[in-house]
Amino acid sequence: MAEILVLVEHENGTPKKVTAELLTLARTLGEPSAVFLGGEGTYEKAKSFLAEYGAEKVYVGESADLQDFVVAPKAEALAALASAKSPAAVLMASAPESREVAARAALKAGGGLLWDAVDITPDLKATQVVFGGGTIVTSHVKTGIPFIAVRPNSTSPEAATGTAAEEKLDLAFSDGAKTAKVLDRVVEAKSGRPELTEAAVVVSGGRGLGAAEGFEVVEKLADALGAAVGASRAATDAGWYPHQNQVGQTGKTVSPQLYIALGISGAIQHRAGMQTSKTIVAVNKDPEAPIFELVDFGVVGDLFAVAPQLTEEVTKRKG
Amino acid sequence: MNIVVTVKQVPDTYAEKKLDPSDMTTDRKSGDNVMNEMDEYGVEEALRIKEAHGGEVTILTMGPEKAVEAIRKALSMGADKAVHLSDDSFHGSDAIQTSAALAAAIKTLEADIVVVSTEASDARGGVMGALLSEQLGLPQLTLARKVTVDPGSKTVTIERQTDDGYVTVEAPMPAVVGVVEKINEPRYPSFKGIMAAKKKPLTILSAADAGVTSAGLDSATTAVDGAEPRPPKSAGQIVKDEGDGGSKVADFLASQKLI
Ligand SMILES: Cc1cc2nc3c(=O)[nH]c(=O)nc-3n(C[C@H](O)[C@H](O)[C@H](O)COP(=O)(O)OP(=O)(O)OC[C@H]3O[C@@H](n4cnc5c(N)ncnc54)[C@H](O)[C@@H]3O)c2cc1C
Ligand SMILES: Nc1ncnc2c1ncn2[C@@H]1O[C@H](COP(=O)(O)O)[C@@H](O)[C@H]1O
Repeated sequence: MAEILVLVEHENGTPKKVTAELLTLARTLGEPSAVFLGGEGTYEKAKSFLAEYGAEKVYVGESADLQDFVVAPKAEALAALASAKSPAAVLMASAPESREVAARAALKAGGGLLWDAVDITPDLKATQVVFGGGTIVTSHVKTGIPFIAVRPNSTSPEAATGTAAEEKLDLAFSDGAKTAKVLDRVVEAKSGRPELTEAAVVVSGGRGLGAAEGFEVVEKLADALGAAVGASRAATDAGWYPHQNQVGQTGKTVSPQLYIALGISGAIQHRAGMQTSKTIVAVNKDPEAPIFELVDFGVVGDLFAVAPQLTEEVTKRKG
Repeated sequence: MNIVVTVKQVPDTYAEKKLDPSDMTTDRKSGDNVMNEMDEYGVEEALRIKEAHGGEVTILTMGPEKAVEAIRKALSMGADKAVHLSDDSFHGSDAIQTSAALAAAIKTLEADIVVVSTEASDARGGVMGALLSEQLGLPQLTLARKVTVDPGSKTVTIERQTDDGYVTVEAPMPAVVGVVEKINEPRYPSFKGIMAAKKKPLTILSAADAGVTSAGLDSATTAVDGAEPRPPKSAGQIVKDEGDGGSKVADFLASQKLI
């Protein structure tokens, strides 16, 4: 069976949920081999996870350079591996950094790049949702190896035992790959809640919250639902919530099972980041708010009355 | 300091975007077009670097003839001159081909800093900064929410946005800088700026002028096979809160097995 490379999305070795989704999708296309690129000693944490989701092989590249320099070393490692193995396709998450790695690797390896795929057929045609969610496009790579970046939450991960046979990569980076040096890493927003792009439920707040304190209402509902918290740009620009939580064209793209918008008007740039959510609920006091064009269920009313009541109901019904 | 800023003309953000059914490329003819909103942040950042350290800001666009409107907008914000890659053979180029053409033009401009914005509202690739770094062999300083230029040591330092914060990244110039929209508040063109823009130097480069040999739909690395509008959602249920709005949402969520 044709080999499919899957770039492991991880944080310091701990794989993210999207890695399981990518391996699950890869199994429908051929034989999945995971590609792990990270700092020294980080692979250990990924090992059992990759076997559990069906990786037959794992190419392991560990080097301080992969952490200390931005993107270029990863791109070199991935391009070299792809050129050597000629896989049928290389998959990665359609997340900002992985897309950059994929783009550079595709260029180096003489392949082509597709991003924002939500599905891939066995003949390697990708389905993409484009133009802010309004149009569905089918496309394929016509020269060289296809590099396809897949949106998180597009596939439900299913476990399947793989051998995960390890092959160490012999890494050698060019001087040119070691120019953009990381001096410092700062974590600003660690909430203990699920990560925004991976969460099954997202509760977002906008200008309608009126102040930073307003986000308490959002957080309480999110916690009752086990959800991640999102925000509109109006809310992040006002400093009410960290910009890492911004949903939209210039924030994160989310595609959860359930998206709840509180006090968000539904501007086109916001919609671009949440329109493919499976179920959309909104609370807004303006019956004309454009967000209502998208909803499965909408309440015209004051979010400060509706959201706490919903939180209470959810807590009660969960028992 | 030579600063080159890439800007792209895109279909109006607020208009319905579609593909041209004849060749499955983005329809850039029928509707209104504007300079990609995100590129305003790139132009603004370039102008700020120039204002702090001196130098010249050159706008670079690849696109059809009427993309000159986007160039005018950038010039009216205060950029000094512009280069327009314009050739029928560019039509239908993919991101990789576009990066090759832009890189060829940038090489003639001796840039110290190349500024791109993170993504255009039509393609939403977010890969141009990375591709230009690769094409030009320059350090990649993308996803920047803050940029500091030190002409003394000839380095650029940025805060690169991450999932949960940022990383500080430093590189020697020349470098490619990609900006996110949190970086600044773009200025509005003044009346004086708009008038002055009409007289600023504009160089038009054909594919041959720039030495670009492979461009356009036929040699693209990717192809679109088909497109259809996303099936419209069946109209949702909208209720007015009568004091029981929260419970009604809970009922709905329960009916969908979401709680
Ligand atoms: C280049 C560019 C990029 C952008 N990127 C993004 C992006 O990534 N994400 C994003 O979100 N936006 C983005 N925007 C901004 C976008 O255009 C909107 O300005 C923004 O989304 C509005 O946020 P909002 O809905 O919270 O605020 P508003 O549009 O002001 O809406 C607030 C809503 O709250 C309702 N409301 C007020 N009080 C209450 C109450 N008590 N109860 C119930 N409802 C109430 C109001 O009726 C109103 O509909 C971008 C804009 C540009 C130009
Ligand atoms: N044809 C083009 N001409 C000039 N700049 C471009 C072009 N295409 C993309 N860019 C630049 O790259 C950024 C990202 O574009 P994209 O990769 O299309 O999302 C844009 O905001 C521009 O700064």
